[in-house]
Amino acid sequence: MCGIAGLIHRGKSSNVGSELQQMLQALKHRGPDSTGYALYAENDGKNFIMRFKVGENVGEGSTSVNEDASVYDERKKLVDHMLKELGANIVKDEKLTPYSYRYEMQFDKDLMEFSKKIESINGVEILSIGKSLELIKDLGDAAAVSERYGLGDVKGTHAIGHARMATESGVDIKSAHPFWGYPFSDVSVVHNGQLTNYWNNRRVLENKGMRFMSECDSELIAVYLAEKMRNGATLEEGMKDSLTGLDGVFTYFVATKDSLGMAKDTMAAKPLVLYESDDLVAMGSEEIAIRSILPQEIDTYDPFDGEVKVWRI
Amino acid sequence: MANLKTSEKKTKAQSMGLHTEVLTGKTQQKFFNPDEAENFYYWGTYDVDFNKRTDLDVKNLDCKEANRKIDDLMSQGYGTIVIKNPQGKHSLGVGILNKLNLIFEGSLGYFGVGSIDGPTVRINGRVGWSCAENMMAGKVVIEKNAGSCFGAAIRGGDLICKGSVGARTGIDQKGGTIIIGGDAGAFTGFMMQRGRIIILGDVGINLGDSMYDGTIYVGGKIGSFGSDAVESPMTKSDMDWLKRKLKVAEIGENFDMSKMTKVVAGKKLWNYDALEPTEKKGAI
Repeated sequence: MCGIAGLIHRGKSSNVGSELQQMLQALKHRGPDSTGYALYAENDGKNFIMRFKVGENVGEGSTSVNEDASVYDERKKLVDHMLKELGANIVKDEKLTPYSYRYEMQFDKDLMEFSKKIESINGVEILSIGKSLELIKDLGDAAAVSERYGLGDVKGTHAIGHARMATESGVDIKSAHPFWGYPFSDVSVVHNGQLTNYWNNRRVLENKGMRFMSECDSELIAVYLAEKMRNGATLEEGMKDSLTGLDGVFTYFVATKDSLGMAKDTMAAKPLVLYESDDLVAMGSEEIAIRSILPQEIDTYDPFDGEVKVWRI
Repeated sequence: MANLKTSEKKTKAQSMGLHTEVLTGKTQQKFFNPDEAENFYYWGTYDVDFNKRTDLDVKNLDCKEANRKIDDLMSQGYGTIVIKNPQGKHSLGVGILNKLNLIFEGSLGYFGVGSIDGPTVRINGRVGWSCAENMMAGKVVIEKNAGSCFGAAIRGGDLICKGSVGARTGIDQKGGTIIIGGDAGAFTGFMMQRGRIIILGDVGINLGDSMYDGTIYVGGKIGSFGSDAVESPMTKSDMDWLKRKLKVAEIGENFDMSKMTKVVAGKKLWNYDALEPTEKKGAI
C-alpha cells in the first residue's frame, strides 16, 4: 500500500522535520516497515552533504543478513580513503548509527564518477548528495526514525517522505524510499504504486550508464527522471514523459533544491489528496496526513488522472 | 387416501407459525405470521425523533468509538446528530440503517457513510475515497470535493457532490442517482449496471467503460468514451427528469439540459451475445 507525504513552504522556512514526521506518522497504517525523509534543510549551501550507509539495519523485521560491526568500520575507512583519492575535502563527519554516516565535504568535480567510485566499495551506498538535501531512511515508523536521526528540529523549505509496506522487495534500507536522483545533487523521489515495466526500463537505462542500487520498482522513477534531466529535459518535462514511459499504477513526488512536484498515472489508481494555499502546499496519500499539521477546516482535492504539478519555493 | 406424511409436516410447520407449501420446483414460500411480529425486526434500527438534536465531538475518538457513539445516540432517540471535528477520519457514519439527520461539520476520510440505508447526510467539507459505498437508500450531500470511487456499488438513494470528484465515480453502480456539480475523473461509471450519474462539468477518459446498463448525463466535455459506451439522444422525459432531480438536489437547477450528452451501454459486450434474452437480466 505505502503512504507518501510532502509539503513546500513558499517564501519561508519552517520546521519541516517535525511537520513531515507528523504527516508520515498519520500514515503509519499504510506502511509500517520503513520510513524515509527527504528534507530540504537550511544549510549554508557551500558544502555538499553526503549521506551514505556502510551496512543494513538488521533489527527486528529486517530481511538483511547480519554482519559483524567491524565490517562497517572497515568500509568506512575505505570510503575515507577513496574520498581523499577523489580530492574531496571532508569538513565534518558524523556517525549517525553503526551503519550510516553524514559527511559535509567540499568537492567540485563530476558527481557521477564520484558516486561510482564510492559505491564500488562493497556494501556502501550513497543515500544522497546535495547542498540542501538531507535524505534519511531506516526501518521503523516515522517517530522512531525521526528520533534515531534527530530530525525533529530540522528547519527547511520543503520535504517529501514515505511510509513503506514492503511488497516486491526486502525490508531493508536499500529498498526504502526516498530514492536519490543519482547523479543529480538535491533530487529525491517517493512513490506509491507498482511499476510493471520495471525490468524493461531498467535494462535500457543501465545500458545508458545509469545505476540501480536495489530491486525496488520505485527506484526506477528516480533513475528515469535523472536520465531525462541528464539529456536536457526540465523536471516537469521528465515527469510528463513518465506518464507514458512508466507502465503501472503510481502517484509519486519528486523534489529538487527549489521545487516539489507530483505526478499521477493515467488511471488515477493511487490516492492523493492535495491542499494548496499561497504560502503552503501539503499533500499525502490520505487527508489525515494533511490534517495532522492543519487541523482547521481547509479545502482539499484529489488531482485528476495524468496530472503533473510542480511548485517552487 | 390422504398423504399422512405430508399432513403431519404441514401441521407441525403451522404450529410453529409457518405456512409451508409443498415444494414444487425450486421455490419455497414462507408466510409471515403477525402474531410473531416481535421476532422480526431490522437489526440495528431505532425509532428516532428528528426534533431531538445533539452534537458529538469526535476529535479525540477513533472511527469505531465515534460510530458506536452515533449508534448509542440513535438508540436514545436522537434523530438529528451533528458531528464536530471529523478531521478527515476514515469510516465515519457507516452502517446506519434507519432514518436520521446526520450532519458532519468538516471533512471525512475514506469510506465515509458507507453501507447506509435511509439517513439524510450533509457533509460540510470534503470526502475521501469510496464515500457512500454500497448505499442502499437515503440522501448524502457533500458541499466540497470528493475522492475517487465516489458512490461505488450504490444500490439506491441520491448521492450529491457539489464540487469535483476523482476517478471511477459510480463504479459497479447498481441503482440510485449520483450527481456531480463539478468535474469527474477517468473511468466514471466503470462497469455500472443500473442507476444514473449526472455530471454538470467535464469528465475524464474512458467514460462508462464496460457499463452493462444505466445512464450517464454529462454537461461538459468528455475526455473519451470507454469500451461499449455510446451516445444516445436526449429525450424530453430525460430533460424533465433531470430538471426535477437537480432541483431536489439544490444544484444546477438552471442548467441548460439540452446541452447535455446522454451516454448508455451499447450492449455489444460478449456476454450479451452469448446469452439468451431471458438470461441477460440474470447476468446483471
